[in-house]
Amino acid sequence: MNYLEKLHEYLKDGLKSRILRSKLVLNELTLDVPPEQWLEVCGFLRYDNATKFEQLIDLCGVDYLAYGNSEWDVTHATGSGFSRAVQSPAEPDPFDFEQAEADELVVPEQFPARFAVVVHLLSVTKNQRIRVRTWCDNDRFPRLPSLIKVWSSANWYEREAFDLFGIMFEGHPDLRRLLTDYGFIGHPFRKDFPLIGQVEMRYDPETQRVVYEPVSIEPRILVPRVIREHEGQH
Amino acid sequence: MPEIRNYTLNFGPAHPAAHGVLRLVLEMDGEVIERADPHIGLLHRGTEKLAESKPYNQSIGYMDRLDYVSMMCNEHGYVMALEKLLGITPPIRALYIRTMFDEITRILNHLLWIGAHALDVGAMTMFLYAFREREDLMDAYEAVSGARLHATYYRPGGVYRDLPDTMPQYQASRWRSESELKRINANRQGSLLDFLQDFTERFPTYINEYETLLTDNRIWKQRLVGIGVVTPERALQLGFSGPMLRGSGIEWDLRKTQPYAVYDQLEFEIPVGTHGDSYDRYLVRMEEMRQSNHIVKQCIAWLRANPGPVMLEDSKVAPPKRVDMKQDMEALIQHFKLFTEGYCLPEGEAYAAVEHPKGEFGCYIVSDGANKPYRLKIRAPGFAHLSSLDEMARGHMLADVVALIGTQDIVFGEVDR
Repeated sequence: MNYLEKLHEYLKDGLKSRILRSKLVLNELTLDVPPEQWLEVCGFLRYDNATKFEQLIDLCGVDYLAYGNSEWDVTHATGSGFSRAVQSPAEPDPFDFEQAEADELVVPEQFPARFAVVVHLLSVTKNQRIRVRTWCDNDRFPRLPSLIKVWSSANWYEREAFDLFGIMFEGHPDLRRLLTDYGFIGHPFRKDFPLIGQVEMRYDPETQRVVYEPVSIEPRILVPRVIREHEGQH
Repeated sequence: MPEIRNYTLNFGPAHPAAHGVLRLVLEMDGEVIERADPHIGLLHRGTEKLAESKPYNQSIGYMDRLDYVSMMCNEHGYVMALEKLLGITPPIRALYIRTMFDEITRILNHLLWIGAHALDVGAMTMFLYAFREREDLMDAYEAVSGARLHATYYRPGGVYRDLPDTMPQYQASRWRSESELKRINANRQGSLLDFLQDFTERFPTYINEYETLLTDNRIWKQRLVGIGVVTPERALQLGFSGPMLRGSGIEWDLRKTQPYAVYDQLEFEIPVGTHGDSYDRYLVRMEEMRQSNHIVKQCIAWLRANPGPVMLEDSKVAPPKRVDMKQDMEALIQHFKLFTEGYCLPEGEAYAAVEHPKGEFGCYIVSDGANKPYRLKIRAPGFAHLSSLDEMARGHMLADVVALIGTQDIVFGEVDR
């Protein structure tokens, strides 16, 4: 039994019902935690003498809305090709908020919710890594307690996750946008945000200022997203 | 007495010392920084989102453009994450080539850092010296990949091709006399390894030159000693890695602690600082260049003695040989599928990290079994370092902010992604 397996057993015993599930794949330990236990489990991992994960290496959001979708069906021998530069399906009007409220979000059923937050921790003293994941309660308005009291480096990572995914971190002292433009609308890394964006910017010589207009390019799929089954996967 | 109030100063985004596109809003009390608020994202290209729309191999080129002064190290982090999910290991020769180029990249990065850092602080000559040596190393990049900066050389399963037997030569022109041409082409007569061998023999002398200019220089010390002191505890809390962490006295280097490629078979040492100030970080990086030079030497010796394949034979990830494609229908089909659709990764997730010249560079890939990543998260070391600028700059003078940006070795390609 190597150290990681021991750590796995230790955490299963120590945290018991506070973790949803844990797995040890590819020599990486992953804990799935319910959002109510998020702060507590992270605090435990940070301060417990056997774990001592004193560094938050990375924190990121993941949007599971389109998980497992493919653009070209290849489960049976295909009689149809996928021609080059196919136009993507039309995106809904991004500023029609009533429609957006009414639209149903269908998240793949193997996930408890749409948005997950994944942190990667590193213990310098124990030379170990661990991945901890939680799901945000509300798909429309995802919220999660902030980790900034546990690790200072969570500050910008949480601002980034808020900016790109719209996850609200409660208790964060300065939750502003970080990477996108001043006055940007929307959260660009969500799966329902188009790759080409929604607005484009140009200098208008008549009004002598910079103006924003709806994008003039069309979304295209150059290489279809294809899921092929692997040997030994089942 | 006139009343002196705090005021706000806007620094950048087009300031020469802002290392690219950093906009810094400084709240100042006289000349003392009360609060520093970096506004980043002016170079945000959405690399992670773009990668979600492309087959895996097509994103390798994007990795070069993250930290555009340490290109191959970024690629290394990405292909390692792919290899982990695919469950493949490249041939040993490919690992040695990767290690050698990672260290060449480290020297490239540190040379640019010392040049820019010294220029910011007021030592003009360093910049010229550093670029003189960078030229040789970028020629090595060019010889192996055809590009001086954005190499796209690493592939899952190995590297794109073996090391070349010839070096590109300078051509005659009306600005170069015959004797001058002979002089500058003198070390380019043999293979790439001969050229690099020649460089590794010259390079320690160059580092001594830099040290003569800077290490005991009174102005240099006045500007760096005691500036931006970070305690080991805070360095861990702030997510520091690489030379920033080692400057604070924590002996942590992924090449030693979690070895990848062939670092566990090479001999090198990890320099560590004691005070955690900018001067210690300078000393750490200077010593790292010496150690990298030492590693490159060992790799050259091994690569000379051990020819072999540099790419897996696995037809899933490796393209077929050009010769086979002319005769073999299967090879042609396989080539077509690999370069249009690419390959699918098994469902799952993986995180792989390398010791990048600036710190820990990691790639977290979530795959749902498709030929494109479901989510790619790039952990850039500079992002964590820049987020601590506020804490490091408080109480320092305005001119020290420039020294701090220099000591953090910020490059916006990776901070903004």
